[in-house]
Amino acid sequence: MAVITIREALNQALAEEMRRDENVFLMGEEVAAYQGAYKVTKGLLQEFGEKRVIDTPIVELGFAGLGVGAAMAGLRPVVEFMTFNFSILATDQIINSAAKMLYMSGGQFNIPIVFRGPNGSAFQVSSQHSQALESWYAYFPGIKVVMPSTAADAKGLLKSAIRDDNPVIFMEQERMYGNKGEVPEDEDFTIPLGVADIKREGKDATIVARSLMVPVALKAAEELEKQDVSCEVIDPRTIRPLDIETIINSVKKTNRLVIAEESHPFCGVAAEISAEVMERAFDYLDAPVRRVTGADVPMPYAKNLENLAIPGVKQIVDAVREVAYI
Amino acid sequence: MSKQAKPSPSRAQAEDANAAGVLDREVAEEASQSQLEQEHEARKEEQKNRVEEVDRDLLLNLLYQMILIRRFEEKCAESYSLGKIGGFCHLYIGQEAVAVGAISAIEKDDYVLTSYREHGQALAKGVSADEIMAELYGKAGGCSSGKGGSMHLFDRDVNFLGGHAIVGGQIPLATGVAFAAKYRGTDRVALCFFGEAAVNQGAFHESLNLAQLWKIPCIYICENNQYGMGTALKRAMSLQDVWQKACSYEVMSEVVDGMDLLAVREAVLRAVERGRKESLPTFLEIRTYRFMGHSMSDPGNYRTRAEIEKYQERDPVKLFTASLKEQGIIDDAGVQEIESRVREEVERSVRFAEESPEPDPKELYTHVYKEQ
Amino acid sequence: MATQVVMPKLSPTMEEGQLARWLKKEGDKVSMGEPLAEIDTDKATMEMQSLGNGVLRKILIQEGESAPLGQIIAIIGEPDEDISALLAQAQSGASASSDKASSKAAPEEADAGEAPSAAQQEASGGEAPEPSSGNGAGARQDGSADGGRLVVSPIAARMAAEAGINLRSLTGSGPSGRIIKRDIEEAIKAVGAQAKEAPARSLRAVEPTTPAQQPEITGASPYRDEPMSEMRRVIARRLVTSIGPIPHFFLTTEIEMDNVAEMRASIKALDPELKISVNDIIIKVAAAALIEHPQVNASFQEKTIRYYERADIGVAVAIEDGLITPVIRSADRKSLSQIAAEVRELAERARSRRLKPEEYTGATFSISNLGMFGITEFTAVINPPEAAILAVGEMKPVPVVRNGQVVTRQIMRVTMSCDHRVIDGATGAQFLQTFKRILENPLYLIV
Repeated sequence: MAVITIREALNQALAEEMRRDENVFLMGEEVAAYQGAYKVTKGLLQEFGEKRVIDTPIVELGFAGLGVGAAMAGLRPVVEFMTFNFSILATDQIINSAAKMLYMSGGQFNIPIVFRGPNGSAFQVSSQHSQALESWYAYFPGIKVVMPSTAADAKGLLKSAIRDDNPVIFMEQERMYGNKGEVPEDEDFTIPLGVADIKREGKDATIVARSLMVPVALKAAEELEKQDVSCEVIDPRTIRPLDIETIINSVKKTNRLVIAEESHPFCGVAAEISAEVMERAFDYLDAPVRRVTGADVPMPYAKNLENLAIPGVKQIVDAVREVAYI
Repeated sequence: MSKQAKPSPSRAQAEDANAAGVLDREVAEEASQSQLEQEHEARKEEQKNRVEEVDRDLLLNLLYQMILIRRFEEKCAESYSLGKIGGFCHLYIGQEAVAVGAISAIEKDDYVLTSYREHGQALAKGVSADEIMAELYGKAGGCSSGKGGSMHLFDRDVNFLGGHAIVGGQIPLATGVAFAAKYRGTDRVALCFFGEAAVNQGAFHESLNLAQLWKIPCIYICENNQYGMGTALKRAMSLQDVWQKACSYEVMSEVVDGMDLLAVREAVLRAVERGRKESLPTFLEIRTYRFMGHSMSDPGNYRTRAEIEKYQERDPVKLFTASLKEQGIIDDAGVQEIESRVREEVERSVRFAEESPEPDPKELYTHVYKEQ
Repeated sequence: MATQVVMPKLSPTMEEGQLARWLKKEGDKVSMGEPLAEIDTDKATMEMQSLGNGVLRKILIQEGESAPLGQIIAIIGEPDEDISALLAQAQSGASASSDKASSKAAPEEADAGEAPSAAQQEASGGEAPEPSSGNGAGARQDGSADGGRLVVSPIAARMAAEAGINLRSLTGSGPSGRIIKRDIEEAIKAVGAQAKEAPARSLRAVEPTTPAQQPEITGASPYRDEPMSEMRRVIARRLVTSIGPIPHFFLTTEIEMDNVAEMRASIKALDPELKISVNDIIIKVAAAALIEHPQVNASFQEKTIRYYERADIGVAVAIEDGLITPVIRSADRKSLSQIAAEVRELAERARSRRLKPEEYTGATFSISNLGMFGITEFTAVINPPEAAILAVGEMKPVPVVRNGQVVTRQIMRVTMSCDHRVIDGATGAQFLQTFKRILENPLYLIV
């Protein structure tokens, strides 16, 4: 297996799926001539030409809606948002059109589209460019939400997302594009949506983490191992549909749960997971479920404040120690 | 409101007048109305010639569709007031010539997307009256299986891609549908209907820009019925000549008399040709008028009875019937025969809707995601 | 602030309680934890403790009267406090538990949110001591448990219920005294260690099977749950549709008791003080046979069958207005003298209705003896979830044929009622064979 970056893994997935299916095309701001704001689409214009790799004006609502319409008529668009912050302009088309079309047409029009791009914090880009929006999108039935944390997951999940017949919100993380990992070279390599991955096995406490929080949680688990606390780290990888079974089974084993997320706490994914665990594994809990989340404030600019707003290893370690009564 | 905070005097007067339900903009509108009437007279003269050019069977078929939409909508109003139809119900009465004229200019496998006032377009595109009525009744036999209702009619078989209920939401979608038609190398076009109020939305401007920029064969049909819900055009738009908006994007545009079926048809035929041959978009401002309220729950206090009556004199159904009679295409007996066939079709649709079962409770959870 | 005293839940099956005796009268000073009254439950007479400090202002039910769980039965408050509102509420029949505003001092309830909910207790199988019953003999661990609420994590509550550990006997090591999984694990370990470390008693008379193990064993038997085989499931399902929820069947055998009688005589000769009854010997033998036949020392658990490690024998004791079955814990590991002493002590307290709930619940097998009434043979009804009960008849001389000669022998007939979902005919018969073999040759107990 080759060791490549998440950026390269995403690029491979796009290229392979575009080779595989003529109906797949790529559209977004700076995806073609500029080679991608984060270089994820590097080289694709050269290979697939202007018809299939399309630079858009800065009109998120317009091109998102155009993508949904193209999907209604049988194409499989991959729409890049330069960051998911800008997808907020397009939410009418994502939520009112893409998520509901199959249902309100009584099953006649499915929307095979992928909206992808970086989500969450970057480095000192302040309030309007640092938002983690997964709980927004995961709220709506009709949409799938995917968040990879490794190069292999990024590739396998993006390929599955493009092949999926439903709208998929595919959320990358700017801070992680350069993270490297082993990736299978097989062109048929895919990872099914809706299946969590146990990134580390353990018995004393479960940590559920996604995207940027996965490497942080793994570091925390290493730290805790030294303190004789064995942590299981679960990456759901897909937020909707959520593989809650894997989480419940782990909690039944460890009796303690910490959920780490970069997003704001209120009405977040961690809140949803805690509710499910409370409903389905209450009798197995030895401590209240503990959330470790981004600060409940807009993202500040100053480096020190930004660091305070994003959960780190220490917060996760402390939370695990708290639920393990150490 | 005017009593609490005093805006400028003219504004306050207008609001007081509006609240009293006697707002009369006759004076303000005189210029544009008389202009419209002159145009209309001129077109009526032209219509004579056009009628002569169009195939007789087609003319009779168009008349049938006009009457069908009129009677279908009247039946909807009745069923709505009986509580058989729920939710919102936006009727098309007064605007029939737009849907029938425009859709008569395209082929079966061209696409139509429209707003929530879409019973007329759906009938004209060939969605069966039975399935539309059943959908309005919330029945399993509806064209959207009872899940969409009045505002979300869909029929894949006739490329009717929906009623969409967010103002302007269908405009980017139609642009994308036409984009896909071109991407796949077909010469299909998409017709996109919307009201004049949707033109103020960003989605309209973003779409027209993309359509001209990328040469997308989408035909944008603005049905200017002069009111966005209860707000008159002039209270909502700084530049009131809607067709001029398209100039910003170099999209070809035309103004059309929406009470004249054949004028609409001809304008759309020109647009379709531009779409198929040059893969270019067209914007048509079609001036029309709705005789009913915005929806069945409209109090109607924002316009005068006199204004409505004035437009009713130019009722598109009456107008087209009169033209055909004048030309000797049809006589009174022929019109009666059409009326009775229409009545039968509408009655049948009500029976079908009544008899169709409610959706199975398990349908609540189907069609959320498409199974792979 | 005034405190309402409510009828507490003092046994797992209690629905109402009868006020046996007030230990304080109106106007008496009371402090938290002080005994306030004696309550007759369906099983026993128990002491109820005060949950508030102050003066017993008003007694609302008199001795001999009954009240359902949760009904307000008295009010404790400051001597000059206005309690008219509470009185009005009490007289309107409101129960304290359904009225937040009237509950005990609110600040002390600060972490009530962490206390287990009623639903959770239900989920724990109802075997757990009721944390919210509050008025029982429990010692409060710390401030958090004021108001009688136990703070316990859900998994800890469940583990305690399964292990038969009284949560009130524990001190929680979690925040605010929360009892957590670790505390239960330690409690289980402690019970095991106690069992091992208990010093051997001086041996008197007949030795039990394993003299080294004579622990003072409290707590229920450990067990393992094994998934049911499909066949067993089908047997269970079909038989239940045939006769009631517990499909009983009955096995009867005759036992020659001459050797037992002889052994009793020998013991008496050895130490006249030592009073061992035939029934004590039956208990001991049944326990030994149960250990040899774990299929009978079991219970039906819907999806699994539960096999107990130890033989906790319930002994039916007739009391004035009913029947109660005190449990001899780990009878297999106790000496005859221990069993005899325990039976006597428990029976006595049973008759005066002073048994604690944990002393009359959770047996793995029961014995009912009506021999003293001259009953030769009868069938007993199984006490669920146990899988069997042994009905013991009168021991009396009967002429029998032995080696072609008619001789008299002391014969006793026993009938075992079996839960067919757990025990099959042959399994039950094998158990009785062993039981009979040991009883006819009690030396087996020591060889």
